[in-house]
Amino acid sequence: MNHSRAEVLVLEPKTETMRWRKPALSESSFRKILSAAGAFVLLLLLAILLSLIIASLPAIRSFGIGFFFGSTWDPVRSEFGAFPFVLGTLATSFLALIISVIFSIPISIFLGEYSAQGPTATFIKSMIELLAGVPSVIYGFCGLFLLAPLVRILETKLGVAPYGVGIFAASLVLSIMIIPYSASIGREVISLVPSDLKEAAFSLGATRFEVIRKVILPYAGSGIVAGILLSLGRALGETMAVTMVIGNSNFIPKSIFSPANTLPSVIANEFTEATGSLYLASLIKLGLVLFIVTTLINLIGKLIIRRIGVRE
Amino acid sequence: MIIVLLAFCSILPMFFILFFITRKGISVINWRFLTELPKPVGEIGGGISNAIIGTFMLIGIATAFSVPVGILAGIFLSENRKSRLASLTRLCVETLQGVPSIVIGIVAYLWLVVSMGSFSALSGGMALGLMMLPVIITATEETLKLIPESLKEASLGLGVSYPRTILKVILPAGVSGLVTGILLSIARVAGETAPLLFTAFGSPFMNVNILKPMNSLPLMIFNYATSPYPEWHTLAWGASFILIVFVLGLNLFTKVVTRRWKVQF
Repeated sequence: MNHSRAEVLVLEPKTETMRWRKPALSESSFRKILSAAGAFVLLLLLAILLSLIIASLPAIRSFGIGFFFGSTWDPVRSEFGAFPFVLGTLATSFLALIISVIFSIPISIFLGEYSAQGPTATFIKSMIELLAGVPSVIYGFCGLFLLAPLVRILETKLGVAPYGVGIFAASLVLSIMIIPYSASIGREVISLVPSDLKEAAFSLGATRFEVIRKVILPYAGSGIVAGILLSLGRALGETMAVTMVIGNSNFIPKSIFSPANTLPSVIANEFTEATGSLYLASLIKLGLVLFIVTTLINLIGKLIIRRIGVRE
Repeated sequence: MIIVLLAFCSILPMFFILFFITRKGISVINWRFLTELPKPVGEIGGGISNAIIGTFMLIGIATAFSVPVGILAGIFLSENRKSRLASLTRLCVETLQGVPSIVIGIVAYLWLVVSMGSFSALSGGMALGLMMLPVIITATEETLKLIPESLKEASLGLGVSYPRTILKVILPAGVSGLVTGILLSIARVAGETAPLLFTAFGSPFMNVNILKPMNSLPLMIFNYATSPYPEWHTLAWGASFILIVFVLGLNLFTKVVTRRWKVQF
């Protein structure tokens, strides 16, 4: 029902008579502007993907997939093997994930089941939101100056080389940063568990803890997993805090306390000093892989959330 | 109960961070700190004025990039629930939200720094704008979805043209949600460093030319914190205090103030 220049009944202000008049901006051109804005976003994303691919072509052509299994990153000799960074990324992200889950599931249960309303709940909820709002440089700064000395003391006690910075410290900082993401989704999912299921369990004589373990957690399980996936996506891409605390070593890390590098941190460290197009292309290839992996993980997480019908 | 204990334990880091930043940073703040330029290493004093100005200018450029497109795209998504273009756009918005900030920095580098031949505040602002865009679009869409259809139908029924209905009736009704979205995205982007590492690049000078490199608070904190000079570390604590007060204050302000503007239906 789209007239190309729809005519609208307008009240003319000066003469106060009703007249047919063509409006300044017609409906269909306004709708076209809106569609253009939507298409713009689409094109933006495609352009991002294409730019990354085109810019990393020299590295893709020279190295191919073996790029990620090569264990030497030596820009001087033009040897670019990204395995140390893949290892560093996986180690920090998964360790951070495990540590954060220990805290975020209790938070979800506490906020979703025990006290959903009331001052305590609001307080904890706002604190968690503030945790998510702190800039990552500040996390890195505090990690470097407050946490690393403590880790150094721990390493001295354990008899390991006391760097202070390394995979362990980076995982600790990262875990604090990603708690809010899984906590908020977990809370939503747990509060959506239908109360008749819970009351049926209570009436059969289950204790509160048994209800949590056997009714709520299985029911909310996929939602909690989705929240964990989203926080994993966040952990993989986190740059500044990790760069400041991970020790920046391009060699394969030997233990959990050794310094390392992750995909984002090596890009942050070496991008402005990359000499030669192959060096830059290799770094951009790392960025491309980061983009693809985090996008996949985030989309899978969001798909699960949409499937179970939760509003984030 | 272990659960309650663990839940409360996870808030402890927040208190630690706030406590230490306040303790170490507040003694550095004085009028000279806020208005002077950074001094070379070894000289006492120096300030962060170029970083503060730079942060605001970068936010300004980012807002100019992202708010018009973002609001229009948000209106598009809320007005077309079922079209194919809308679903694809929604997917793209969600994808864009999850892109790591350093990748956005790489893209802004490829698009603006390489073509312009130098680091510039413009490219940094564009990178930040790319990060603000998904938040603004989602906030606009969600706000407009909550406004009842009857308002739009009443306006259209009175003979107001469709563009004017959207722009002058629906948008103002949702202004609290829109402003929340914009302020929250500003708060998110004010603390970002990674996209600026190789776009705006940072500079020790005061610069208001958007075609030249520009400093910003997070960049300065990063550079000073990872430097080997204790005087610079002290400056970094002061800058962190200012940054965290700004970001957290903006978050709280958003929650408190926009509640008052909310149009109740």
